[in-house]
Amino acid sequence: MSGPAPLATGLACPAPLPEGDRVRLGHGSGGRLSAALLRDHILPQFGNPALCRLGDGAVLETDAGRLVVSTDTFVVSPLEFPGGDIGLLAVHGTLNDLAMMGAEPRWLTAGFVLEEGLPFAVLDRILGSMAAAARAAGVTIVAGDTKVVERGKADGLFVNTTGLGTLRDDFQPDPARARPGDVVLVSGPIGRHGMAIMAARADLGLDTTITSDTAALPPLVEALRAAAGSAVHALRDPTRGGVASALNELARASGVGVALQETALPIPEPVAAACAVLGLDPLYVANEGILVAFVAPQAAERALAALRAHPLGIHAARIGRAVERHPGLVVLETGIGGTRVVDLLPGDQLPRIC
Amino acid sequence: MCLGIPGRVVALRDDAGLPMGTVDFGGVRREVCLAYVADEVTPGDYVVVHVGFAIARLNEADALRTLELLREMSRLDELGEVAAPP
Amino acid sequence: MKYLSEYHDAAVARGLIERIRRTATRRWVLMEVCGGQTHTIVRQGLDQLLADAIEMIHGPGCPVCVTPLEQIDRAIALAGRPGITLASFGDMLRVPGSTRDLLGVRAAGGDVRVVYSPLDAVELARRHPDREVVFFAVGFETTAPANAMALWRALELGLENFSLLVSHVTVPPAVTAILESPDNRVQGFLAAGHVCAVMGWWEYEPLAARYRVPIVVTGFEPVDLLEGMLMAVRQLEEGRHEVENQYVRSVRRDGNAAAQALMRRLFVPVDRPWRGIGVIPGGGLALRAAFARYDAERRYGLADITATEPAACRAGDVLRGALKPPGCPAFGMVCTPEHPLGAPMVSSEGACAAYYQYGRTRPVGADTP
Repeated sequence: MSGPAPLATGLACPAPLPEGDRVRLGHGSGGRLSAALLRDHILPQFGNPALCRLGDGAVLETDAGRLVVSTDTFVVSPLEFPGGDIGLLAVHGTLNDLAMMGAEPRWLTAGFVLEEGLPFAVLDRILGSMAAAARAAGVTIVAGDTKVVERGKADGLFVNTTGLGTLRDDFQPDPARARPGDVVLVSGPIGRHGMAIMAARADLGLDTTITSDTAALPPLVEALRAAAGSAVHALRDPTRGGVASALNELARASGVGVALQETALPIPEPVAAACAVLGLDPLYVANEGILVAFVAPQAAERALAALRAHPLGIHAARIGRAVERHPGLVVLETGIGGTRVVDLLPGDQLPRIC
Repeated sequence: MCLGIPGRVVALRDDAGLPMGTVDFGGVRREVCLAYVADEVTPGDYVVVHVGFAIARLNEADALRTLELLREMSRLDELGEVAAPP
Repeated sequence: MKYLSEYHDAAVARGLIERIRRTATRRWVLMEVCGGQTHTIVRQGLDQLLADAIEMIHGPGCPVCVTPLEQIDRAIALAGRPGITLASFGDMLRVPGSTRDLLGVRAAGGDVRVVYSPLDAVELARRHPDREVVFFAVGFETTAPANAMALWRALELGLENFSLLVSHVTVPPAVTAILESPDNRVQGFLAAGHVCAVMGWWEYEPLAARYRVPIVVTGFEPVDLLEGMLMAVRQLEEGRHEVENQYVRSVRRDGNAAAQALMRRLFVPVDRPWRGIGVIPGGGLALRAAFARYDAERRYGLADITATEPAACRAGDVLRGALKPPGCPAFGMVCTPEHPLGAPMVSSEGACAAYYQYGRTRPVGADTP
């Protein structure tokens, strides 16, 4: 067989595993199984043009102008971890999705599923985090809901936040707008949130100083907009599935290839160490306080400078370029000069012994 | 096979007869069973850890010597020397 | 990270690549035995950087890949039984059994737990005296001492609710089987560094002498692998066939005596099927009869569970080095990481997954940002 094997995306396997009749954990990983869940179950039922663009949010046309709406549900365990809690994630996460669409967040809703037996002390702390984060961001939590389920059905607490923001005419980053030649920037160090959560799980026994990077990114996005405006073609916050998954999604949506430089990736030593011990790749580890940006080359310098001038972006770095070749694929060049494809994983990364 | 990561022994303890230790991997720490290196390891030593067990004490002198040799070799190459293999 | 990052030094690595290219007067065929080494080679693109001097055949050194189908099925059967907690290393969870994998069993309500260390499984047994904890003890000689110590510890603690489902495999019989194979093309081996940290390298001396092949004990970081390859190529160019040690910082000729002692006490060599390859005489370890009560196979009567491999899966040929993954008709088509036919596509060390993940396109260089 000569030449590279064809990509398997979109091909159906004639011999599927029989267990395909149930939801698996991997369907929530942000990798290929998540994409399959959308493609095979959700989009066929809900499908409409806004949803099918698969952006961080949807743009709604109203007589009062354009709004962006985004929703996200948070199920993290443990509820409280070094650097934050599920409440902070819930507020920051939705604010960030709105910001990735170029919108200014204005309002949030919050829906809770509480597990019977959850201590009020814990709930009050989480609510306090959410209130503080919303205030700091200048958004109001205007509606919500609460349900309680029996012990054992909710891992303590699940929360959904939906956010609404207003869109400017002159700033509309979109996953499909990346172009060959765009510079790829990352706003900060990668891998902190996922490894903080891993370390907080007692069963792996890791003792680290790693803290979640959860942060509200709208002010950082505003700094980027002020410096580079419409030269910012695409933005994404690389949450579950990590930087690798976010770049794959943008590469596919835009039809560009991405060339990454391994030596340019900002990975803090404790994250690298924890990943080494467990056999994980930092490129696939979740982040909650950084963004990746595709910026037109002539604006890249000032975009990077604007990020670095902001407290949330002091470690911002140029990590690669969008290219014409290998559209839809992310390829990484190693320090030694070799290359490898950085693809979506099927499901979650699992700690390995090999 | 197999993921074995070098780490520095920070503390030793005895867990009801099983030699255990705290090992530091670049700032990340974990409890590691030292039963297989107990006779030769003191705090400050480096060990190779696989699935929570130290399987060997890392010989730092050997490590540093070979690193120096390799670096010297690559410096010579950069200078255009086609040196005979050491 | 100390004693890790230095072995990613780009200047040293490029220097070694140059040396290998200058030393080789022809293309040599080498095999790296260990899955962790395969991982580094493909992640770093070392095989493409050296393509003119070396053809790397990826060996069967992935214990996840070679765990026999019937052992996976037995683990799955146990995990589905009420009252049993199956504890396992993470990478075993996605390996397909005959009809499903351990993740699927968990989705259906089975009690499957991921542990980092076998001692964590013992802790599970200690904390849950009402559950029968079975630890899926897979791995090469590197992991056998850890798994042995877990059982030893359980016995010392007087735990009666802990057992091992053993599926250990050993390297020298596998290397022998490869060398004995009539279509063997491998001219030199990079032996598995951490297996040798435990076992030493004395077992490979008779192999190097009898089959006249260089065997270099090699580590896992890019500089280690390149230095190992250079040493192997030098031997081949000079007509030598010795056992050499590249991984001097972690490996001694005699290995780890204490680890070997406990392994001998608990385990005995047996013939074991390697998934996709067939039975390798003496290629496995099983618990000695004295420990039958803690051997999950005997304790739970699993002998009836046997398995046959799916016809389309060419794992055996890939693992023997006779076929490169892209040469398999199923590769990237019916067999992908999401729907793997065989273990080499599931495990991130498996040759097929490595090719799929990293090697599907080989663009010439990449733009600098």
